[in-house]
Amino acid sequence: MTPHWIEYLPPLIEGAWVTLQLTVFSTFLGVVMAFLFGVGKLSHNPFIRAFSVAYIEVFRGTSLLVQLFWLYFALPLTGQAIGIDLRLPPVVAGVLALGLNIGAYGAEVVRGAIQSVHPGQHEAALALNFTPRQTMLGVTIPQAVPEMMPAFGNLAVQNLKDTALVSLISLGDMTFRAEQIRNFTQDSTVIYTMLLFMYFGMALVLTAIMRLLERRVGQWRPGKG
Amino acid sequence: MLFGFEWDTTNALTLALSILPILMVGLWVTLQATVLGFFVALVMGMVLAVLKGARSRLVSWPAYAVTEFIRDTPLLVQLFFLYYVLPEYGIVLPAFLTGALALGIQYSAYTSEVYRAGLEAVGHDQREAARALNLSRARTFTHVIVPQAIPRIIPAMGNYLVSIMKDVPVLSVVTVLEMLNVARIVGDRTFDYLVPLSMVGGIYLILTLVASSGVRWLDRNLPNQGIPLK
Repeated sequence: MTPHWIEYLPPLIEGAWVTLQLTVFSTFLGVVMAFLFGVGKLSHNPFIRAFSVAYIEVFRGTSLLVQLFWLYFALPLTGQAIGIDLRLPPVVAGVLALGLNIGAYGAEVVRGAIQSVHPGQHEAALALNFTPRQTMLGVTIPQAVPEMMPAFGNLAVQNLKDTALVSLISLGDMTFRAEQIRNFTQDSTVIYTMLLFMYFGMALVLTAIMRLLERRVGQWRPGKG
Repeated sequence: MLFGFEWDTTNALTLALSILPILMVGLWVTLQATVLGFFVALVMGMVLAVLKGARSRLVSWPAYAVTEFIRDTPLLVQLFFLYYVLPEYGIVLPAFLTGALALGIQYSAYTSEVYRAGLEAVGHDQREAARALNLSRARTFTHVIVPQAIPRIIPAMGNYLVSIMKDVPVLSVVTVLEMLNVARIVGDRTFDYLVPLSMVGGIYLILTLVASSGVRWLDRNLPNQGIPLK
């Protein structure tokens, strides 16, 4: 029997493109959320702090699939009840759920890294008459970022893997395409083996990119450059 | 009606109260899948950790590769693989067992690292002291290294137990009637997703908050100097 796997490649690659876009967009959203709420959890303002803690606990404490289904199935009903159209296209629901979820994990990484910056750095910034904002943006965060990178690398791979869940709200990602082909051909072993290796390949590339980034921001460590 | 319980759609509150027992039936399945998946992860992770620690690279290198492969591929795809491919080779498992197995396999990649890190965290001076006391390698391992590694391993494993619980909803795709799946069925039939899905979120939040504080308590209260094997 001639191998059919070559015929499966074009649809799978189309799906891989969707998976890639989802990963990039949701990782970007996740990084923004991570910095906002990671810094927010250390705020002196009790309201900002409470809101940040609530965000982190809710999104870390409930399952990603629950969050995805809630945004996709339950949110439109809430909107209906208050008279706003909150029906989200699957791609928006997917990026939101993935980004908000990974952002909550990232926020804890950001908080930990910021707290690991030597207190002498804050004192020095204070002595130089920096405003708190200048200290945070110009002194603390640049030194904290290299500490975050290994954990962010793991989270990025986690996020790539999590994108597979959006196939369950009928988004045409790699897993969704594989399911379609399987329904059509019943050639499970070949399709899922290919799918596993494609995710593995994407994860290896993503890990390599994160390592490069890690080396690049490593120059921001104190005493280097 | 589901599992013999009627729902009352008069308003959101009556609906919530009437479907709580239904969700509890789903929660029971979720907890069973969590415990079984965790058990598989503990055993398989131990096997992977031992193989990775082997002297021969012919053994350790494939073990590293397998761990990396498992860790870098999605649980959902691994689950589909087991669910659709195993029967082609004559292995037909109920969906629940397939799901628990998939959870266990995914998390074995993480637990194997926990064992390894826990053992490596025991200071080198401990090994030297054991050697100076003329303890054999086996006795050093079972009576010196392992007892001191256990208090480091248990909290980390606890965190993965919580993670497994949060991944159980993925099993709904192969028809396992865990809590989220049950909530969706209720939503399909009552045309109200908001109440059941929000309740699942709330129940998860309570469970993970309780479990994480339990893990923190363990982390603080396990004896630092070690737990003997006997």
